[in-house]
Amino acid sequence: MPPTLSFEQAPPISVPYRFFLTAPLFGVLAGLVLAWYGPEAFSSRWSQGALAMTHLLVVDFMLQAMVGSLLQIVAVVAGANIWRPLLVATVVHPLITAGAVMLASAFVFEQPFLFIMAAMVFAIALGFFLAVMLAALLRTPAQGMPIHVLRLALLGLLITVGLGFTLAMSLGLDDQSLPLGLLVNVHVAWGLGGWALMLVIGVSYLVVPMFQLTPAYPLWLTRALPLALLAVICLWSLQLGGRNGEAQSWQSWVGLAGMVVAATYAAATLWLQSRRRRRQTDVTFLFWRVAMGSLLAYALSWLLFLAWPALGASPRSALWLGVLALPGLFISVITGMLYKIVPFLNWLHLQRIGDPRTPPPNMKQMIPEKAMRRQMQAHFAALALLLAAVLWPALAPLAGLLFAASCALLEWNMVGAVRRYETFRARILAAVAGRGS
Amino acid sequence: MNQVTQILPDHHKHCDELFVAAEDAAQRGDWPATAATFARFDAQMRAHFAAEEEVLFPTFEAATGMSGGPTQMMRYEHEQMRTLLDQLATAVTARDSDGYAGVAETLLMLLQQHNMKEENILYPMCEQALAADAGEVCEKISAMLEEEHA
Repeated sequence: MPPTLSFEQAPPISVPYRFFLTAPLFGVLAGLVLAWYGPEAFSSRWSQGALAMTHLLVVDFMLQAMVGSLLQIVAVVAGANIWRPLLVATVVHPLITAGAVMLASAFVFEQPFLFIMAAMVFAIALGFFLAVMLAALLRTPAQGMPIHVLRLALLGLLITVGLGFTLAMSLGLDDQSLPLGLLVNVHVAWGLGGWALMLVIGVSYLVVPMFQLTPAYPLWLTRALPLALLAVICLWSLQLGGRNGEAQSWQSWVGLAGMVVAATYAAATLWLQSRRRRRQTDVTFLFWRVAMGSLLAYALSWLLFLAWPALGASPRSALWLGVLALPGLFISVITGMLYKIVPFLNWLHLQRIGDPRTPPPNMKQMIPEKAMRRQMQAHFAALALLLAAVLWPALAPLAGLLFAASCALLEWNMVGAVRRYETFRARILAAVAGRGS
Repeated sequence: MNQVTQILPDHHKHCDELFVAAEDAAQRGDWPATAATFARFDAQMRAHFAAEEEVLFPTFEAATGMSGGPTQMMRYEHEQMRTLLDQLATAVTARDSDGYAGVAETLLMLLQQHNMKEENILYPMCEQALAADAGEVCEKISAMLEEEHA
C-alpha cells in the first residue's frame, strides 16, 4: 500500500488565511518605510531604507504568502499529508512574523543583537517548516514535474536561509572574516532564483494551463527550465571562491545564462497565455501578464547593464532590478494567485458545512470584481512610480505611499473575503439548524 | 492507445473544450447556443464520472483493497461537481450570465484540481493495480464515453 496517501481536499481554512492576512500588512509597512526615508532610500541598494524595505517585501510579504500557499497546495498537488498543518501554522506563522520584524528593525536601527535574534528565529521557524514540507513531498506517490520543481524550490529556500543566517550572524557578531559582498550575491540568487522563481515556475506549470485553459508547457521545457536555473545558480555560487572578495570575471557569462533562462520562461508563459482557449481577462490573468513582462524587463535590463558597464556600475541599476523583481514579478504573481485561491477556499469550506439545499455563493461573490480591479490598478501605478523613482529619487516618497495604499487595498480585499466567509457560514449554519428543529 | 492514463486524461481535455464553448456562448448572451453546448458538456462530464465510479474505481478497489482513500475523495468531488452542474443548468434556464460566470469559475477550479490529482496520482496507481484487467476496463470505459460523443 502506498504510504500516507490522503486525498484530503484542504487543511483548516485558518491555516493559509493567517499568512494571507499578514502578508499585505508588511507591504504597507514597506511602502511607509520608503516614504519615510524618501530619496535617500533609493540612493543605493545598501541604504538602510532599501535594505529594510527589501526584507519587508521578501521575508514578510513574499515568504508569508508563499508559506501559506504551500501549506495549502501541497495537499492538493501531491496528495500528500502534511503533518499536523494547524500546529505547523501555529508555530511557524508567529515566528516568521516576529523574525521579519526583527530583521527589518535590525537594518533600520543598526542593532547587532537584532540580527542575531532574527537569524535564530528564522532558523527555527523555517527549519521546522522545511522539515515538514520535505517529509510530505519526499513521500508522496504523486508524479509529474511540478512535484520535482517544488522539491527544488524548497532546497533553494534551505540554502537561502542558511546563507541568510550566516550573513545575519556575521553582521550581529561584527565578524569581518567573510566576503560579505559575495555572500550577499549568492544569497540573493538563491532567494530570488533558487527559491522564489523556482516556486513560481513549479506553480505556473500547474496553474497557467488550469486557469485559462492554455496548452501545457512543452515537456522538454518543463524539464530544462528548472535544471538550467539550478545549474546557473550553482555556478554563480562558485564566486564565493573568488579572490580579494571579488567575483571571477567569467561570472558575467553565468549571469547572462541566468537571464536567458528567466527570459525563456517568461516568454514561454506569455506565449502559452496568448494561445489560451478561455478568453476571460480576469485580474489574475492581468497580474500574471505584468509579472511575466517584469521578468522579461528584468532580463533585458540585466543584459543592457552588462553591455553598457557605465550604466551597470550606477548604484541605481540594482534598485531598478529590485523593483522589477519584487513588486513587479513576485508580488504581482502572489496577488493574482490570492485572488483565485481565497475565493475558491471560501467556497470549498462553505460547501462542506452546508448541505445540497443551501449551496454556498459562487467564487465571484467572495471578493467584488470592482474592488480587485481598483487594487490592481493601484498596484500597477505603484510599480510604474517605483520605477520612475529609481530614475528620479524625488518621487520616492510618493511611490512609497502609493505602494502602501495598494497593499492596504489588498488587505482590505482579503479581510472582506474573510468577513464574507463568516457571514455566509453563519447563514448556512442557521439554515441547516432551522431545518433540523 | 489502450491505457487508462491515456483515455481519461484525453477525455478531460475534451470536457475542457466543451466547458469553454458553453462559457463563451453564455458570455455572449447567446442562450440557444449556450443551452446546446452546455447540454453536451453536462452529458460528457456525467458520463466521465459514471465511467470512473462504475468501472474504474470498483476494479481498483477490488484489486488493491483500498476503498476508503483516494476513490472515496474522488467520488465526493464528483458529487460536488454534479451540484455545480445543476446550478449551471439553472443559470442557463434563467438566462443569468452573471450566475453562469460565477458558477463556471467555481466549477473550473474544482474540476482542474480534481483532474490534476487523478492524472498525477490516481490513474498511474490504477494502471499499476489493474495490470491484467487493464484491457477490459479500458474497453468498458471507452464504450461509456463514446456513447455520449456525437
